[in-house]
Amino acid sequence: MKKTLISSPYIVWMIVFIVVPMAMVAYFAFTDGNGNFTLEYITEVGQYSNIFVRSIWLAAIATVICLVVAYPVAFILATMNKRHQSTMLMIVMLPMWMNFLLRTYAWMTLLGNNGIINTVLGYFGLGPYKMLNTQGAVVLGMVYNYLPYMILPLYSVMVKIDKSLLEAAQDLGCNSKKVLFKVVLPLSLPGVTSGITMVFVPAISTFIISRMLGGGSNLLIGDLIEMQFLGNSYNPNLGAGISLVLMVIVLLIMTIMNQFDSDDEDRVLI
Amino acid sequence: MKKLLSLIFAAAVMLSASACRYQHLNDGEEETEPQTLTVSDSAYYERFKNDGISINVYNWGEYISDGSDGLLDVNSEFTALTGIQVNYSTYATNEELYAKLKGGGSSYDIIIPSDYMIARMIKEDMLLKLDYSNIPNFANIMDKFKGQLYDPADEYSVPYTWGTVGIIYDNTAIDIPKEEIDWDILWDEKYRDSILMFDNPRDSFAIAETLLGYSMNTEDSVELKTAAEKLKEQKSLVQSYVMDEIFDKMGAGEAVLAPYYAGDAVTLMSEYDHLSFAVPKSGTNLFIDAMCIPKSASQKEAAEMYINFMCEPDIAYATTSYIGYSTPNAAAFEMLDDEVKNDGISYLNDEYIKEHTTVFANLSDSANQEMQRLWTDMKSTQENEKNKWLVPAFLLFCIALSIGIIIRRYMKNKKDIF
Repeated sequence: MKKTLISSPYIVWMIVFIVVPMAMVAYFAFTDGNGNFTLEYITEVGQYSNIFVRSIWLAAIATVICLVVAYPVAFILATMNKRHQSTMLMIVMLPMWMNFLLRTYAWMTLLGNNGIINTVLGYFGLGPYKMLNTQGAVVLGMVYNYLPYMILPLYSVMVKIDKSLLEAAQDLGCNSKKVLFKVVLPLSLPGVTSGITMVFVPAISTFIISRMLGGGSNLLIGDLIEMQFLGNSYNPNLGAGISLVLMVIVLLIMTIMNQFDSDDEDRVLI
Repeated sequence: MKKLLSLIFAAAVMLSASACRYQHLNDGEEETEPQTLTVSDSAYYERFKNDGISINVYNWGEYISDGSDGLLDVNSEFTALTGIQVNYSTYATNEELYAKLKGGGSSYDIIIPSDYMIARMIKEDMLLKLDYSNIPNFANIMDKFKGQLYDPADEYSVPYTWGTVGIIYDNTAIDIPKEEIDWDILWDEKYRDSILMFDNPRDSFAIAETLLGYSMNTEDSVELKTAAEKLKEQKSLVQSYVMDEIFDKMGAGEAVLAPYYAGDAVTLMSEYDHLSFAVPKSGTNLFIDAMCIPKSASQKEAAEMYINFMCEPDIAYATTSYIGYSTPNAAAFEMLDDEVKNDGISYLNDEYIKEHTTVFANLSDSANQEMQRLWTDMKSTQENEKNKWLVPAFLLFCIALSIGIIIRRYMKNKKDIF
């Protein structure tokens, strides 16, 4: 009884701002302008499959890069002297103090044909290279913006790993490579999965990064949804249909991730 | 380490401080005589003086004089004169405005959509008829901007600004005489990767359609498809599809060609000497942004007072001088310098306007949807074929993942047996 009472604010919040909007998305996706049931918009999503594939692909690349970059950083952070840890953690968080839009805008001036990077390269007789308005720039923007979301969950899991476990493994004859793969990696898997989710989900649905760094010709799902509402034709039903398909894709990917997660978590908990 | 950090911090603070001072100096240099306001009928504006009402104005971003450069601060002048508070907010596109109104829950008293959007809103019964007896300053509006196609009987709208679309170009990179520049330059292989293009279908299609000799208001499916093909042809030459980002990109010399609105070209050219503006001889779009009152308005009379106020010569002059877009207000036009009147950018000669410009009409829903679909299709097709392996790679990734899961499961089960 008490538990439900305490949790009621959140339950109300959840119903009003999560459940109801989701239901509305589903309603719009399956009805036409007059409120009649139709599958037209869901089937119409099919013609944008190339945009879906591109979004998933770019988000996946960004996630993998984030993981590869963040894992060692998180490990080093977690094994650091406690006093330095908080300073370093603050430095990791530092870019997030700045507005998301501003951070991304800054990359436009860095990557442009007359941008800072090409100007510096020009002093050495290199370039100019075309960096802005490419898919690479979009991935870079994703990695840059979402890297902290990978580092933080990894760090918070790794910092809880009992040092004595590592020592025990070494006592029992593991070399450092084996310690990493047999002890640290399995124990940090929950962090890996939540990090992947926290990077992949916003990356796949972003639209401002692709707009600013992709030059408008690397459309992602987010851009496509935005176009249905603010584009030439106001078509909330198709927009809802695309959103629904996106949600299903995210759900699928999260389910797959949970497959890795669950059995390890059990073991850690026991 | 700590020393280094504080050093960097100190340097940053000093840099920003000196930047501030620099800016301040600049401001001082440009000091001009501040503008003063005289209104035609001050008794009219006193009506709601003590009623404590407020109106909600929804306008384009950077589309009103805010009191800088010695010009009038329009909204605060209005409040001072009438006692009516102005809640001012902004939008970026006509479509955003439409979506906001269509979504409901908003109550704006003044909106300033463009021509085709006004037609659409009239058609969908989203606007209130204006009481022109409350807007005596409507007489200041030039006759050529009255009775436009979008509002033939002048019942719903009062023109605020107008302008044309032309080509902003870098005169150091392009040495063709201004008069000879036409839309086909945006398809010129020479300027590959240095061309910017509108990031909205309506303006982009209008350019392609003019080039092909079609009407900008065509709803013909074949013509729309041909125009989309034309845009697809251009795609590999286009550096990026942008809207207001052209300010930065053209200013920094990232690109050399960009079609854009004349009013913004004026702003850009006053900042950068290397930019010029050409009005294509084969014709272009003329747009009119006009003030309207949406159905959801709660203060209609106060809103009409605001519209009347915007048509005061002093206010219209401040508006056009600040935002750079052309004014349809005859009295304000007379106040402008001859240099501005004859610059061939903001104010084109009547003959060109009559012969070569077209105002957008509202397209039917199906034509709008078709255009949107073609536009998405054009933007999402990849020129280069290097992404052919995208789908196979993704499939492989999925399969590998599933196999991984199955193996894990299997191994776990095996462990459990022991």
